[in-house]
Amino acid sequence: MLQLNNIHKTFYPNTPDERRALDNVSQSLNPGDFVTIIGSNGAGKSTLLNILAGTLLPDEGDVWIDGQDVTAWPEEKRAKLIGRVFQNPLMGTAPGMTIEENMMISLGRTQRRSLFKGVTKKTRERFREHLSTLEIGLENRLNSKVGLLSGGERQALSLLMATFTEPKILLLDEHTAALDPSKESLIINLTKDLVEKHQLTTVMVTHQMEQAIDLGNRLWMMDEGNIIFEANEQAKKDLTVPDLLNEFEKVRGKRMANDRALLAK
Amino acid sequence: MVSALYGAVESGLIYAIMALGVYISFRILDFPDLTVDGSFVTGGAVASVMIVGGTYPIVATLAGAVAGLIAGLITGLLHTKGNINPLLAGILMMIALYSVNLRIMGQPNIPMLNETTLFTMLSSWWMNLNIDQLFMAPFEWLGMASFAPRTFYIIVSMIVIVLVVKKLLDFFLRTEAGITLRATGDNQSMVKSFSTNTNLYIMIGMGLSNALVALSGALVVQFNGFADVNLGVGMIIIGLASVIIGEVLFGKDKIIRMTLAVILGSIVYRAIYSLALRVDFLEASDMKLITAIIVISALVIPNSLEKSRAKREFKKSKQRAALNREQEGEVQHASAK
Repeated sequence: MLQLNNIHKTFYPNTPDERRALDNVSQSLNPGDFVTIIGSNGAGKSTLLNILAGTLLPDEGDVWIDGQDVTAWPEEKRAKLIGRVFQNPLMGTAPGMTIEENMMISLGRTQRRSLFKGVTKKTRERFREHLSTLEIGLENRLNSKVGLLSGGERQALSLLMATFTEPKILLLDEHTAALDPSKESLIINLTKDLVEKHQLTTVMVTHQMEQAIDLGNRLWMMDEGNIIFEANEQAKKDLTVPDLLNEFEKVRGKRMANDRALLAK
Repeated sequence: MVSALYGAVESGLIYAIMALGVYISFRILDFPDLTVDGSFVTGGAVASVMIVGGTYPIVATLAGAVAGLIAGLITGLLHTKGNINPLLAGILMMIALYSVNLRIMGQPNIPMLNETTLFTMLSSWWMNLNIDQLFMAPFEWLGMASFAPRTFYIIVSMIVIVLVVKKLLDFFLRTEAGITLRATGDNQSMVKSFSTNTNLYIMIGMGLSNALVALSGALVVQFNGFADVNLGVGMIIIGLASVIIGEVLFGKDKIIRMTLAVILGSIVYRAIYSLALRVDFLEASDMKLITAIIVISALVIPNSLEKSRAKREFKKSKQRAALNREQEGEVQHASAK
């Protein structure tokens, strides 16, 4: 479903600020796979996600989605195949417009926009049905401005809008990081339900190890632009937070030892 | 005095179409578009040249609107493909259009006094119908015949034209394409993430906005009986004044209410304008200053009113709390006794 071949990305090349964000990353996902990515700041998680989404072009390598080479596709073309939820709840919805109008925008992935109809009775029913699966009462507030919703409600709506048109790939960019713990568990549960319901191939970036272990069937740990550890479905079942920390320390420790050796010279 | 107010309603209605255009760029797309100063004249220039050349006035008026559409599309192109800041893109187009307008007109001023314009057509059609009597009747009946305008055809026909434009705009803004256009102004990156070419929608919006502005310009030159290359100076501020006054006085969340508010705002602006002209020490040349002051006060006053209201509420609630404490203290005091 998703294939990454030898992706390289360096920011500010040939300057003192040069930073290698991705260093020869190759991976593939099968349909229905749900991978969680963890790693410290600057590990390259967001760069990877941006390259998948098409907001960044890789320096080398290519991205394949559903059997098509999409590397050169602009963001809006690729968005036909990709649903995305951002970290900031304000980014995924238009605050000045109503819930049903926001849902209408998300239909743009699957159909051309017409000049003759707005929100029809039939689509409104469809929206209401999908909104009711969130179980936070949004289905009764179709004509409320989204700007009046709380952060958690807006993020739940973003999540629904990104998933209900069944994209080939779902990208979740630390989509619970800006929420309080109760809202966070709501969104995580919704993520589980929606991904399962639509059988979505999902890539989720997170800072929380429990989340990374709890969700999905695969796990990648990133550091310094590389995937330094991965767990498949079988391995992930027995994985614990200390295991992950251990893995991380191993790689980090090795590098620190190298640095020390270099400095000692 | 009263006839001046009728004049205000008439020109308020004609300029309302321009204000609706400004509403699209300024409020819906969040694009402060200075092209308006140029495209308003472009619409008037194209219409007047064609009318003098003998074209049917309705065709000439629509051609003026199309010229504005093209100007708006170019401004949109400068911003989206050229990556030029919105304000600068508008200023550049405004300057460029000044020369273009002079080219179209061939001279700085085109008189149309003896030409057949949309308004002379409407006027003769109206006279044939002979229904001014009907509109005059209530005034005469109330003994206020001297307060009535000479004729009603401009007001009636402009109400019809403005309502048609408003209805079409309301309809468009609630279609799928219209919803996408509004969302583009609200949260562009979100619309992009749902596979929409937002650049295209910005261009459509800018084109539509300037088409309305130019349509208004084409009507204004026919109403005035002449076209002038300097007609558009300060037009954007007049448009903004109408939008802001409308929002403050009549605004509501719904699109149909907003477009109506903009139209009424334009009429109120013209009324303020004509009243200000009646003040002795003010001259016609002071109008730009007055317009600027109207816009500034419409922007500042509602804000500061809201703040002082919040402050009063806060003080009140504090007093109430203090009073409550006192009473409780008394009660305790009494029970202690």
